Amino acid sequence: MIILISSNDGNIENRVNPRFGRSPWFIRYDTEDETWQAFENQAVSQRGGAGVAAAQFAVDQKVQAVISGHFGPNASQGLSAGGIEMFTFDSDQATVQEVIASFKSNDLTKVS
Amino acid sequence: MKIAVASGKGGTGKTMVATSLAASLAPRLSVQFLDCDVEAPNAHLFLKPVINQVTPAVIQLPEIDKARCTVCGRCIQVCAYNALAKIGENILVFPQLCHGCGSCTRQCPEKAIIEVPKQIGTISLGKTAGDISYGMGELSISEPMPTPIINQLKASFSDDGADLTILDSPPGASCSVVATVHDADFVLLVTEPTPFGLHDLKQMLGVVAQTGTPAGVIVNREGIGGTPVENLLFEHDIPILLTIPFRIEIAEGLAAGELLTDILPEYKTRFIDIFNVIQNKLKQPEGTK
Repeated sequence: MIILISSNDGNIENRVNPRFGRSPWFIRYDTEDETWQAFENQAVSQRGGAGVAAAQFAVDQKVQAVISGHFGPNASQGLSAGGIEMFTFDSDQATVQEVIASFKSNDLTKVS
Repeated sequence: MKIAVASGKGGTGKTMVATSLAASLAPRLSVQFLDCDVEAPNAHLFLKPVINQVTPAVIQLPEIDKARCTVCGRCIQVCAYNALAKIGENILVFPQLCHGCGSCTRQCPEKAIIEVPKQIGTISLGKTAGDISYGMGELSISEPMPTPIINQLKASFSDDGADLTILDSPPGASCSVVATVHDADFVLLVTEPTPFGLHDLKQMLGVVAQTGTPAGVIVNREGIGGTPVENLLFEHDIPILLTIPFRIEIAEGLAAGELLTDILPEYKTRFIDIFNVIQNKLKQPEGTK
């Protein structure tokens, strides 16, 4: 399964970012082979519609689930339409690695 | 000639300046007044026009003709506002992000996008007792996109329909302000000598530097803050055309819907002088000052 996590920078050992559309970076993680890749969020500096652009990125990356602190209305609409599941973490003090571990143990909240 | 009145910071006196400038010149020139502050138009409170025509203001929203759409994604590439997304085999439209620019419709190779008008406000046209042709746009509550109304309001007036067109701009320095001032011959920037006034004036100086429009400053509420405007303007080579003091009789008169030129009639000649200075400045060939 391929998941996407909003993160403060391009390192899996550093902290997650609480926002989805305007997150500075995304970590794309493959739960099968445990490989990961970092992407700078191109939408972060745009005037509007960052949520739509980030959702588009998730769709294009063939992601099945996204993890962030909060999803805005446009991002949610785009992600739902793409059949991508949304999960939220409570603390933005966690590292991307820790959040992935929580995802694997089903400890994250699923956005319905 | 088109003069836009803008400020950056809200509440510095844009409408006070714009309405008094219009009233001072209306006896000598044919004047058009456009209230482009469509989220909170208020110039009518001072100019008291008789409105004789109200038309709907619309935004053209894209609708995808699924029978023709091949989901090529061209519309997403050309949309500057991320108002469209390609999700699976569908193009999704996010109408609240759409500026109604029409790029997607024109660029679609399959002609699969239909423009559907949606009313987002009104345009009111009329005339004042002082013979000023008046227009105002009003954005409906909960509608997010002011620029289509501003463009439609401006299109309701022809450029050569009057000697002088005054554009009362919204506050800020974003899309709606650019839509108002971009084709003006001159921009009057109203500020106040406070840190907020200066901070936002700087942003507007950045806008007029990009549009290349000549500008001048009016300092309102002189004496309120003590943040000097002069040093900033010296760097930008922009003149201060008028200083208006912070006085209780001005505030009281404005609160009662009076024009500055009614409260203090000596301002009439000052606004006529400002117009003459602007006219002379624009007459000079480029490169001279």
